[in-house]
Amino acid sequence: MTADDDRAGRQLSPEETRRRVDASLRRRYRREWLFRFYGLFSVCLGVVFLLFLFGTIIAKGYSAFRQGFVQLEIHFDADVIDPEGAQDADALSIADYSLLVKSALRELVPEGASRAERRELNQLVSAGAVFSLREAVMANPQILGQTQSLWLPLNSEVDLWMKAQASGKGNADVANRLSEQQLVWLERLQADDRIELRFNKAFFTNGDSREPELAGIWGATKGSFFMLLVTLLLSFPLGVAAAIYLEEFARRSWWVDVVEVNINNLAAVPSIVFGLLGLAVFINFFGLPRSAPLVGGLVLTLMTLPVVIIASRAAIKAVPPSVREAALGIGASQMQMVFHHVLPLAMPGMLTGAIIGMARALGESAPLLMIGMVAFIVDVPSGPLSPSTALPVQIYLWADSPERGFVARTSAAIMVLLAFLLVMNATAVWLRSRFERRW
Amino acid sequence: MLTMNKAQNVVAAPVNAVPAAAVPGDAERIAPDTVGDVTARNAVICVRGGNVFYGDKHALINVSLDVGRNEVIALIGPSGCGKSTFLRCLNRMNDTIESARVSGDFRLDGEDMYAKGTDVVMLRARVGMVFQKPNPFPKSIYENVAYGARIHGLAANRAELDDIVYGSLERAGLVDEVKDRLDDPGTGLSGGQQQRLCIARTIAVNPEVILMDEPCSALDPIATARIEDLIDELSEKYAIAIVTHSMQQAARVSSRTAYFHLGRIIEVGSTDKIFTNPSHKLTEDYVTGRFG
Repeated sequence: MTADDDRAGRQLSPEETRRRVDASLRRRYRREWLFRFYGLFSVCLGVVFLLFLFGTIIAKGYSAFRQGFVQLEIHFDADVIDPEGAQDADALSIADYSLLVKSALRELVPEGASRAERRELNQLVSAGAVFSLREAVMANPQILGQTQSLWLPLNSEVDLWMKAQASGKGNADVANRLSEQQLVWLERLQADDRIELRFNKAFFTNGDSREPELAGIWGATKGSFFMLLVTLLLSFPLGVAAAIYLEEFARRSWWVDVVEVNINNLAAVPSIVFGLLGLAVFINFFGLPRSAPLVGGLVLTLMTLPVVIIASRAAIKAVPPSVREAALGIGASQMQMVFHHVLPLAMPGMLTGAIIGMARALGESAPLLMIGMVAFIVDVPSGPLSPSTALPVQIYLWADSPERGFVARTSAAIMVLLAFLLVMNATAVWLRSRFERRW
Repeated sequence: MLTMNKAQNVVAAPVNAVPAAAVPGDAERIAPDTVGDVTARNAVICVRGGNVFYGDKHALINVSLDVGRNEVIALIGPSGCGKSTFLRCLNRMNDTIESARVSGDFRLDGEDMYAKGTDVVMLRARVGMVFQKPNPFPKSIYENVAYGARIHGLAANRAELDDIVYGSLERAGLVDEVKDRLDDPGTGLSGGQQQRLCIARTIAVNPEVILMDEPCSALDPIATARIEDLIDELSEKYAIAIVTHSMQQAARVSSRTAYFHLGRIIEVGSTDKIFTNPSHKLTEDYVTGRFG
């Protein structure tokens, strides 16, 4: 018997083949099941973490969208506001409206006789109540001499007490911040339906403030808007132009390789480094103003540019060569081929990349700290050159504040920021499905 | 346009003893490596000593061939033999491949295609190309056909453009099928219709030569038959060079045939002669189906 015969003889019988396949099949199925389990497990874990994150943020932040208000009968005493009867805007804007609030409060709670008691009484109402009164008078000077019923914001501590009451768990810690006498007054006002939680409009329309009940995100939102506007206007055209040049026009050479490597490296540079660069170049060298959204936008442009370039190049690369050949074959120039055929097909990918880059820029705070956008700025910015802060930096500032009223506002600001990011990413998805064309 | 200038630098490379004469003399009627007569009566394209390198790979070795007016010349040969490479040289589509270098004498109507002053856009307007896979633009049928005329400024107004589009669709035998849906996307047509749309797009520019790179390889037999009929009709007006893997197709549509093998043109002759009485052993082996 030769070796070949021997080999032929050792061929598996059909039964043995089936048995072995069966055994290996079971092993394969087990592995597949395990792999699926790992995948499902990690997805579930991710979802749990995400829900936990959203859950805590919403649980902490939702109460900031409501604010305690007190209803006061304000007598717009012309002798107090405008003793000279001039009725001009200057006089009205500097008048002492706090007196009106104080007298209205005293009417409501007449027994507060002593000086100390009166001070405690006055502390119930927010220091910002006077602004509401001034606004009312400035808008309509005829109001002088009349008595009007107005809802004025309460102090942050009172606001917290009301929210603790409303949630059912009387928070002793909150109550301790208010005196016995104040609690008595508040309970009386509550019984009279004079105080209630209402929609917190100030949170969306005000700039920053030291008083939690007056602090709003409008200033930071506008700052972020101007910044993103600058970033979009600069990074999208520049990024797309660079991508087109590198992808369609540049000849392979060591110089292009160097540029390519550096773009990829720039995309991975920590953002705070861009902040330092912005500080050194834009502020110290070019002398642009500190805390300005323009500088923030320039810094974020540097940060976003590599992302836009990389996404745009990928989108251009994904355009099938048959389309290019068709265009060139009919006599289109390189330029016409790019602008008539490649760009329209690559546009959804480019836009998606740009929006994702912008979303990253919107959430960035570290580089902005370096260029002074971390300052406490009360005024709502009027343009890209006026000092301002940005949403993530505002969150950082509030998270750092000692007043307890800012805890909820921090979470609420995070919710607003997340909502913006969600909208931007949804836009990216929508753009992609809307403009994506089949070929 | 950067990629397009590269080939010009190597045009001056020495070309195998073939002077850059517009009209070949008797001595050049037969290229050194090729059996048969490479010249055509009334030639529109004239190639002498063409070489193509892809990097280090010598893809086309010293080929010479004419394409005559109103003739269909079939380029046949096994895969990788250089026939598509040769075709792409004729309207400088190889310029788009970065590693490709072209040398030799390529003439269109006696003008050097690879000369420094040659405008490659103009060249491609005169030498149109139909590709292997139907590749209509992802635009409407009308826009597909109108595009070439529009970028070359062939139509002065909308009415002229309409005439060009309808005329081209008619000559491509597509007008009856699409006249009611000119605004539909060209990519929505069937494969055969797409290929005829690509042909209509090519002839809308009114080229002198049409290059076809295996235009039927992605189509079913009925669509193929329609394209072949179309090639027949078009040959009355245009010079056509067609690369094909199907010897039956070559026999059906062409009047002359060139057989390529490993980057060389082995034999050129009338289609009848190549398929019934080839002179070279390799040609005979190929057309009788012994390899390929």
